[in-house]
Amino acid sequence: MYAFDYHRPASLRQANNLVAKNGDAKILAGGQTLLPTMKMRLASPSALIDLGALKELSGIEHKGRNLVIGAMTTHAEVAGSALVRELVPGLAGLAGGIGDPHVRHKGTIGGSVANNDPAADYPAGLLALGATIVTSKRKLAAADFFTGLFSTALDEGEIITRIIIPVGAKFAYAKFRNPASRYAMVGVAVAKRGAKVAVAVTGAGADGVFRWAEAEAALAKRFNAKALEGVANPAPKGLNGDIHASAEYRSHLIGVMTKRAVTAASGK
Amino acid sequence: MPKVSMSVNGKQVSGNVEARTLLVDFLRNELRMTGTHVGCDTSQCGACVVHVNGKAIKSCTTLAVACDGANVTTIEGLANGQDLHPMQAAFRQHHGLQCGFCTPGMIMAAVDMVNRLGFDLSEETIRHELEGNICRCTGYHNIVKAIKAGAAAMGGLKVAAE
Repeated sequence: MYAFDYHRPASLRQANNLVAKNGDAKILAGGQTLLPTMKMRLASPSALIDLGALKELSGIEHKGRNLVIGAMTTHAEVAGSALVRELVPGLAGLAGGIGDPHVRHKGTIGGSVANNDPAADYPAGLLALGATIVTSKRKLAAADFFTGLFSTALDEGEIITRIIIPVGAKFAYAKFRNPASRYAMVGVAVAKRGAKVAVAVTGAGADGVFRWAEAEAALAKRFNAKALEGVANPAPKGLNGDIHASAEYRSHLIGVMTKRAVTAASGK
Repeated sequence: MPKVSMSVNGKQVSGNVEARTLLVDFLRNELRMTGTHVGCDTSQCGACVVHVNGKAIKSCTTLAVACDGANVTTIEGLANGQDLHPMQAAFRQHHGLQCGFCTPGMIMAAVDMVNRLGFDLSEETIRHELEGNICRCTGYHNIVKAIKAGAAAMGGLKVAAE
C-alpha cells in the first residue's frame, strides 16, 4: 500500500477538525474493507483518520422505542449483544453472518454502512427496518442514505456516529452467501411493522440495495411465504450477473430468500 | 515515522514504523517473531491470526500504529516455557497439521473460540467457527478433532485420544 499520514483523534470534535483539514483523507473504522482496498492500491488516500480511540462511538443502548448502535460497534458486538438478541434478534443473526469471526471482531456497522458494498448485509437490514443513520451533521433515513453502488448520501468529511433502529418489527434476514467471500450472492431482509411490510434485497441489484414493492404488497395482505407464490421475481434485467451467479439465478434466489426470511420473521 | 508501543506476549515493546506497516509485518520484521504467518495477505486465510486485547483478529488487515497501547498475544505467547499450551499439545497429539503453515492461525483461532464459547465445542460449532482459517493440505478433519480435544483440555476435562 502507498504511504499515508495517520491520525488517531481522541474525540469526535478532533476527528471533525482533522477531516475538515485533510481533504483527501479516508476515515478508518474497522478497516476490514478499506485496508485490503489500499493494499491492492485501489485506494490511496493521503491520510487515514482512525476512529478507533473514540469510545463515544461504540456501544448499544435501548432508548425509548429504539435500539441505538454506535457506529464503531463491531459485528461481533452486535451479534453477541443480549439487548439486540432480545429486541431485534434477526439483526444479531445478520451481524453474526458477516465475514468470519476474526473479521467480525474488527468490522463495524458504521464502516459497513458508509461503504455500502452492493453485496453487504447491513444495508438491506437497515433499509427494511427503517433505520436512521446519524452523522456528525444530520440524521438520514436509510431510504435516503443508500444511493447506489458503493455510494451514499454522505458528504465529504461527514462522519457516521450512530444508527437508530426502531424496535417492535417482526424481522429476519436470509442470505445465500458466496461460500468463499461470505458476501451475499443474494440477501433479503423482511420487516413487518403493524400492517406495513418492507422487503429489502442486497447482493442482486445493479444499483445496490433495493426494495421489492410487489412482494411488499403481497405480504401486506397476508404475511406468509405462500403469499409470494403468485408474485413474479424481480426481472433479471436490472440485476447483477457475474462469475458467481447469473442475473437469472439471482432473480430466482430473491424469491427463495424472501420466502425464507418471511418464515423466519413469522417465528415459524 | 510514528512510534508504536504495545505489549506482545506480556513483554513491552516499541518501535518506529511507517503508518502503513501492518501488525503482522511489525511482529515478523521488527520484532523477529516469525511464528505468525502471512498466507494470502488478503484477509482470507487466517494464517496471521493473533489476539489483540483478547480478541482474534487478522494481523495482515490491521495497522501496527492502530495497536499502540494494545495487548497482543501471538502463537509464541501460548506455551509455558517447554510446556506446550493444551491447544498446541492437542494439535500435536491429533495430527492437526500437515505442512504446518496455517497452524499458528488455527491455534490462535481455536483458543479464541474456547474463550468465547467454552470448553465443550461440538464438531458443527468448530467447523462453522473455522470459516476464517484455510488449510491448503485439506487437513480439517484432524484440526477439528484437535480443537475439540484442546478445548476440553483447556477446561481440565479428560477426553480419550483417538
